[in-house]
Amino acid sequence: MPDVKSPVTDPIADQDSPVTPDPWADLTRFTAARIALGRCGSSLPLAESLRFKLDHARARDAVLAPFRQGEIAARLAEAGIPSLELESAVADRNEYLTRPDKGRTLSPRSRDILQGQGVGHDLCLVIADGLSSLAIHQNAVPFVRAFLASMAPSGLSVGPVSVVRHGRVAVADEIGALLGARLSVMLIGERPGLSSPDSMGVYLTWSPRPGTTDEARNCISNVRRGGLPLAEGVRKLCYLVEEAFRMQGSGVGLKDRMAPGYLPFGREPALPE
Amino acid sequence: MTATPRPPLKELLAKASPLRSGDVLAGLAAATEEERVRAQMALADVPLTRFLHECVVPYEEDEVTRLIIDGHDAQAFAPVSSFSVGQLRDWLLTDAADADTLAALAPGLTPEMVAAASKLMRLQDLILVASKCRVVTRFRNTIGLPGTFSVRLQPNHPTDDLKGIAASTLDGLCYGCGDAVIGVNPATDSLDNIIRISEMLDGLITRYGIPTQSCVLTHVTTTMEAIARGAPVDLCFQSIAGTQQANASFGVSLALLQEALEATRSLRRGTVGNNVMYFETGQGSALSAGAHHGVDQQTLEVRAYAVARRFEPLLVNTVVGFIGPEYLYNGKQILRAGLEDHCCGKLLGLPMGVDVCYTNHAEADQDDMDALLTLLATAGCTFIMGIPGADDIMLNYQSTSFHDAAYVRRLLDRKPAPEFAAWLEAVGVLDPRGALVPMSPGNRLLALSDGIN
Repeated sequence: MPDVKSPVTDPIADQDSPVTPDPWADLTRFTAARIALGRCGSSLPLAESLRFKLDHARARDAVLAPFRQGEIAARLAEAGIPSLELESAVADRNEYLTRPDKGRTLSPRSRDILQGQGVGHDLCLVIADGLSSLAIHQNAVPFVRAFLASMAPSGLSVGPVSVVRHGRVAVADEIGALLGARLSVMLIGERPGLSSPDSMGVYLTWSPRPGTTDEARNCISNVRRGGLPLAEGVRKLCYLVEEAFRMQGSGVGLKDRMAPGYLPFGREPALPE
Repeated sequence: MTATPRPPLKELLAKASPLRSGDVLAGLAAATEEERVRAQMALADVPLTRFLHECVVPYEEDEVTRLIIDGHDAQAFAPVSSFSVGQLRDWLLTDAADADTLAALAPGLTPEMVAAASKLMRLQDLILVASKCRVVTRFRNTIGLPGTFSVRLQPNHPTDDLKGIAASTLDGLCYGCGDAVIGVNPATDSLDNIIRISEMLDGLITRYGIPTQSCVLTHVTTTMEAIARGAPVDLCFQSIAGTQQANASFGVSLALLQEALEATRSLRRGTVGNNVMYFETGQGSALSAGAHHGVDQQTLEVRAYAVARRFEPLLVNTVVGFIGPEYLYNGKQILRAGLEDHCCGKLLGLPMGVDVCYTNHAEADQDDMDALLTLLATAGCTFIMGIPGADDIMLNYQSTSFHDAAYVRRLLDRKPAPEFAAWLEAVGVLDPRGALVPMSPGNRLLALSDGIN
């Protein structure tokens, strides 16, 4: 049994502070969880209460921030990458959050645009705001540039990049089908975590068509600075693309067995700027 | 002469349901506020006996319906058999409906009857009725006694780092949390990983003689494999829902849950009781799986409790705000759903806890959680989650914290489960009145994560 009779004062504590510190702050080196916060009475000290509030505010802003679609298209154009500005059947952000079915469907205008494109690409790329515009503003363009540069030696053909407002993951199925793509690659803003409002997800779907279900996809999650670095995400995507074309499929049958020294398409990868 | 066609029960239930986004998404909600209230008036007049003859999901197609109908206890139902739904609601609020009467009635109530009555209740009704229910369960301690308030310690870590899990566990224990269970959601579901975490938690519980139980929340089939491999499994976890098809989408059936119950009980690891199952539920799961049969999400949620009670769980937890705004849009909808789930689960005789939580794309914040937490505590909620700083860094959502639990215990003078409270006092975490004691730097609990790799 511990010595419960010992005095309860902590020598480090400021005598005047109403906060009772927790004497296990050294354990924060093992986890990013909010441990050893101390307490005032039994309640949360103000400093942590405000820190939490700030993180939540940033995550909320990431969900609600307007998607700068034109800017994404312009940055792609600067890099010589053609793109199409599309939208789902969703009217506004509120409808986006409550009607996932509409976020998976293209607007009639977008469908017309895609029907005017050439068909029969090996691969189509889709960028959608999803639940974090911030994630896309920060990560999508450098990711696409590095990926296209890395896969250039493969000889696989790529259609125009679709940039979709108010899109869910499955909207890429309809886009891929209209473009006649063998594989779709979707970059989308993930549901923001309190400490990761800028996290981007990458989804691969072989033979995309409306009605495809999630077990037919592969996902690379948490791509962001501070999460899975962009360069590592690009390398993993190249590996999964190569495997998908080798086995002519994606989803539960496509296992991530990437070797530590894997080189995309046999070359040193292009690094994101 | 032809009578006005009577709307099917499931349509009446859906239209009488207080507004929530999931029912709108499913196309089941009342089109106007007036239609909703008129549906509630019509539902109030429905005799309870109609629920025994008109199933909301067909008996032939659904094993959950068969469980409800075949398991109905007519003798227990007798005292309320002449009531309408409205009369049941009124009677539940009277002093005649006391703890013993409600416990005796539980096997006579079907989930649909309970759901119907709850749709006619205001929040204060949901709170008062729930507060009268007594549900006590046991494994290594006694959960649900009057005057207690328990906490699942949820020390999740994004890479299942054992030192990280142990650090969060220590944090929670030092705030008096963990009497309901120390339960980890693993980041990776592989069998080796599940066993590794189970062994670490078992080691802590043994080394410190903690009167509580551990759980690694993975699929029942993985838990059964872990049991077969000799892992120290205290509780068997599973997510469940209110239709056979939705359960199938979770990869479970009643028969599989029975197997899991028997396998877990065979280990005989409980010391004061043998409730070994831990279930999680949440409104909207059936719709999300495309398995809702045109039934509203709250009615289906209560049907999931019929599945739970079949297996005598230690804990049932409705994860109320996790699913997102397409099912519960904002703080107001989450608040009501949490109180409904708790009240309906208690009426059916379950040890109900609530994961008071929200995601960052819902219209909700800490103020909404404080409101729900405080109301649930006054309603006698059995347990909540305890997560460092309310921020689950693995599942990426916000729930309740160790500080939140301490707040409730202080505000309402609630204690942990008695065996656990005695242990906390012995190790110098709580004083005899139940207040937190500043930890002595020499307290041996602080060495809890030493030696874990």
